[in-house]
Amino acid sequence: MSIVAEQRELRDDALNGLQLSTRLENLWRTPSGFFGALASVDHKVVGRRYIVTAFVFLLLGGVLAVLMRVQLAGPEKTFLSADKYDQIFTMHGSTMMFLFAVPVMEAFAVYLVPLMVGTRNIAFPRLNAFSYWMFLFGGCFLWISFMLNVGPDVGWFAYVPLSSLQYTPTKRPDVWAQMITFTEVAALAVSVEIVVTVFKLRAPGMTLDRIPLFVWAMLVTSFLVMFAMPSIMVASTSLILDRLVNTRFYDSSSGGHPLLWQHLFWFFGHPEVYIIFIPGTGMVSMILATFARRPVIGYPVVILSLIATGFLSFGLWVHHMFVTGLPQLGAGLFTASSMLIAVPSGLQIFCWLATLWDGRPVYRTPLLFVLGFIVIFVIGGLSGVMVASVPIDTQVHDTYFVVAHFHYVLIGGAVFPLIGAVYYWFPKIAGRMLSERLGRWHFWLAFVGFNVAFFPMHILGLIGMPRRVYTYTADMDWAHLNLLSSAGAAIFAISFALLLVNAIHSLRSGALAGDNPWDASTLEWATTSPPPPQNFDRIPIVKHRDPLWFDNESLPVVAGLSVERREVLMTSLAEAEPQVREASPEPSIWPLLTAIATTVFFIGSIFTPWAVLWGTPPMAVTLIGWFWPSGSKEDEE
Amino acid sequence: MPVRMRTALVPSATLPLAACAGRQSALDPQGLQSGEIFHTLSVFLIVAALVWIAVVIVLGLSMLRRKRAADQPLALHQPFERASGRVIFVLGLATLVIVLGLSIVSYAGQRTVFAKVENALTLKIIGHQWWWEVRYEDDSPARSFVTANEIRIPAGKPVKVELESADVIHSFWVPSLTGKMDLITGQKNELQFTAKNAGVYRGQCAEFCGLQHAHMAFAVLALPPDEFGRWRDHENESARDPADQLGRLGEQLFRARGCALCHSIRGTLAGGQLGPDLTHVGSRTTVAAGTLPMSPATLAAWIADPQHIKPGNYMPKMPLQSDELIAILHYLEQLK
Ligand code: HEM
Ligand SMILES: [Cu+2]
Repeated sequence: MSIVAEQRELRDDALNGLQLSTRLENLWRTPSGFFGALASVDHKVVGRRYIVTAFVFLLLGGVLAVLMRVQLAGPEKTFLSADKYDQIFTMHGSTMMFLFAVPVMEAFAVYLVPLMVGTRNIAFPRLNAFSYWMFLFGGCFLWISFMLNVGPDVGWFAYVPLSSLQYTPTKRPDVWAQMITFTEVAALAVSVEIVVTVFKLRAPGMTLDRIPLFVWAMLVTSFLVMFAMPSIMVASTSLILDRLVNTRFYDSSSGGHPLLWQHLFWFFGHPEVYIIFIPGTGMVSMILATFARRPVIGYPVVILSLIATGFLSFGLWVHHMFVTGLPQLGAGLFTASSMLIAVPSGLQIFCWLATLWDGRPVYRTPLLFVLGFIVIFVIGGLSGVMVASVPIDTQVHDTYFVVAHFHYVLIGGAVFPLIGAVYYWFPKIAGRMLSERLGRWHFWLAFVGFNVAFFPMHILGLIGMPRRVYTYTADMDWAHLNLLSSAGAAIFAISFALLLVNAIHSLRSGALAGDNPWDASTLEWATTSPPPPQNFDRIPIVKHRDPLWFDNESLPVVAGLSVERREVLMTSLAEAEPQVREASPEPSIWPLLTAIATTVFFIGSIFTPWAVLWGTPPMAVTLIGWFWPSGSKEDEE
Repeated sequence: MPVRMRTALVPSATLPLAACAGRQSALDPQGLQSGEIFHTLSVFLIVAALVWIAVVIVLGLSMLRRKRAADQPLALHQPFERASGRVIFVLGLATLVIVLGLSIVSYAGQRTVFAKVENALTLKIIGHQWWWEVRYEDDSPARSFVTANEIRIPAGKPVKVELESADVIHSFWVPSLTGKMDLITGQKNELQFTAKNAGVYRGQCAEFCGLQHAHMAFAVLALPPDEFGRWRDHENESARDPADQLGRLGEQLFRARGCALCHSIRGTLAGGQLGPDLTHVGSRTTVAAGTLPMSPATLAAWIADPQHIKPGNYMPKMPLQSDELIAILHYLEQLK
């Protein structure tokens, strides 16, 4: 034993190119076979699964959206009953927010951040695997409940007292509340991984002012998640306690208060929007730089805007509560602070416009989606400024104006960049290009369909249509605009079918991508497409913000990492100077088993408080398995 | 924001928007408060439209701009970088100024909308799943009465509604008169408004309150003040005794078949508290909280099968023979 330890282990500087790649590939590979795949801790494998799963939820949420639009296409339609409609709009909102928008952004980060910062794996890869399983199980749990007619039906914000046992005695709100806990566990885990990956695993030389903007955006987002999510966990856990063991957090007849729920919910819910939007802006910055053929102008301004947006987003939750009878002066102050967030958002847009102005744009599909993003998102931002005004909000709150507003923000601000990102990074992930022609069709149908679907909703709201109504009467004059909106939704939905066709077709027979098909500048393009299990044969050294553009010859690299055990290089926080070689965990089935045990615990606790007793031992066992010291391999987290 | 600017801007905004007037529209203000909100909204809309157009123009120009020769793969221009830094700074400042300006406009509007009014007629409105209880209270109990789903007010006079909820959160909203305000269990909110002219204004619950949220509407009838006075005096009276044999039978059946467990009719033995007070139900304009216009046919349809019209509402389908239904209907129609 001691002799072995004293021998100098084999390092990468002792091997030449091909030998090194094969060796590293064997070392970092996901084990073969079904169980091997379940045990994978490769951030790319997990990230791919995460992305695909989130898109499946987008598809499901989209189908629900279309069902709603069918029901609302004309007055007094009986396509859906009131009960089904309530479940459907709740499932749509919850699926889109908790199972699609936040996870998909984190999924992209799980895949891209380690590549962008030039390391071999994400920090805490087993936690990462666990996070994915929790997300998957939470999502399946919600959707299976829905199929069994126990889908939640009290809105994605589940206001008390409506969601209390007294007014909704079914299990539906319990399902909703536990689904929250599932997805929060997953989201918190990923944000911890991202923060540590960005702070400690960056390639040598990647100082803070050389970090790619998407990585910055994910860093800010991760902090938002860490500060916002506990609030909703407190809220939903208190709700479930009220429902299951008769506590009285929200019951005004025994000293609780329904508004407590709203404060807790929106203290999370407002930053939530930015948790979705900020990664979108990160994607925009990356795509824009590549296709404008120049780095984004005002790199420090963009970063400061991201950080400012993050901070401000916590000060705004009250603007969701202007009509709950708050003191007027306080509400007025929240107006000003809410509108203030237009300043950092505006600054970012000015930086992007300047970049386009000075660049030589190449109009490929990813850039089209970014241009569409600017046109749409600005409308959403401006209607946001309106909603922030107390008097205007008293009219438009809880109407279709707000539905229009937040779809302009969420779809314009996050889904458009995201789809651009899919076209942009698909070649890296799949090794093949998506069809440009289908991509353009997709863009134009999506752009037109989106606006036709959602613009009329602004007017509908102003002429009096409340949201969350399953029907309306013919004499309300809402029929024409609703029909138009439903037609737009159909076009929008069809445009997404094109993406599906495009992806399936390209996976089989798309043009091979090569390492860097767009001639982009950041590190994820410095390796093959798709990247090998070890990401990089040799860890690059970064000397510029855009290494692939300005390091005219090949990238300088680090030497000296072990090729006998999985190792990543840790660097210092600010200057990214190499500090230590750190073991990275081996594949393990325990994260999956732990997730199963946790799922049993969470679901059991809906039915009996005793689950807290019998549910914990399996969790303890699996956690012990997970963290069991495994001999000399030093692979614990 | 200076008043002059507001008056200058508003007419231009009003024209295209006024075409969108509907039965409950924020774009067709008929009250003092809704008018003020409409002004604020117009200012915001115009500023927003201008900003959006500016952004789109710059975006378009940057796409159309003739770019330098395409030989070099990267476009990098240090002087441009510095110049654009200054432009971005100035635009950021401009955004800040616009935002602060709009905040001031908003606050001015808010103060007017929520200004306390003296001598307002005060009503108490209690939200129920899925109907509205309306209480006209007076210092002398003899002049207090309860009605439902319909609010009559004097036109041109300020009205104050005190809002409470009997169950979940609802929201009181009559867009043509003023913005909304929530009704929350364990909390008392208030809202004030003045209808400028006599007329009928539709209102609707705006906060999701369960299964029949879509069918929780009401009517506000603004009457000329003396007519309002007469109505109030009349409404204050107990129900008249039925005038004929069939009506008297209806009254008996109303109690015998269980209707009175939930509904009250003042001046009779019917004293239920769970459903809307029916003392003068025959004079109301809608059935089932704004769901259907009031007529013998709709009233009959409702009583025959309330679950068909508003599935999930708390009025059960009562086991009535058709002749019993006719008698009860005949009785209710007389309750004017
Ligand atoms: C095909 C695209 C979409 C269509 C046609 C659509 C349509 C709708 C409609 C009609 C409603 C209103 C339901 C009501 O108030 O009765 C709604 C609600 C909502 N949508 Fe979408 N939507 C789409 C995509 C999205 C996306 C991508 C997201 C998020 C990223 C999203 C998030 C939400 C949320 C959070 C709600 C509120 C649910 C609630 O009130 O509880 N939607 N959507
Ligand atoms: Cu209601």
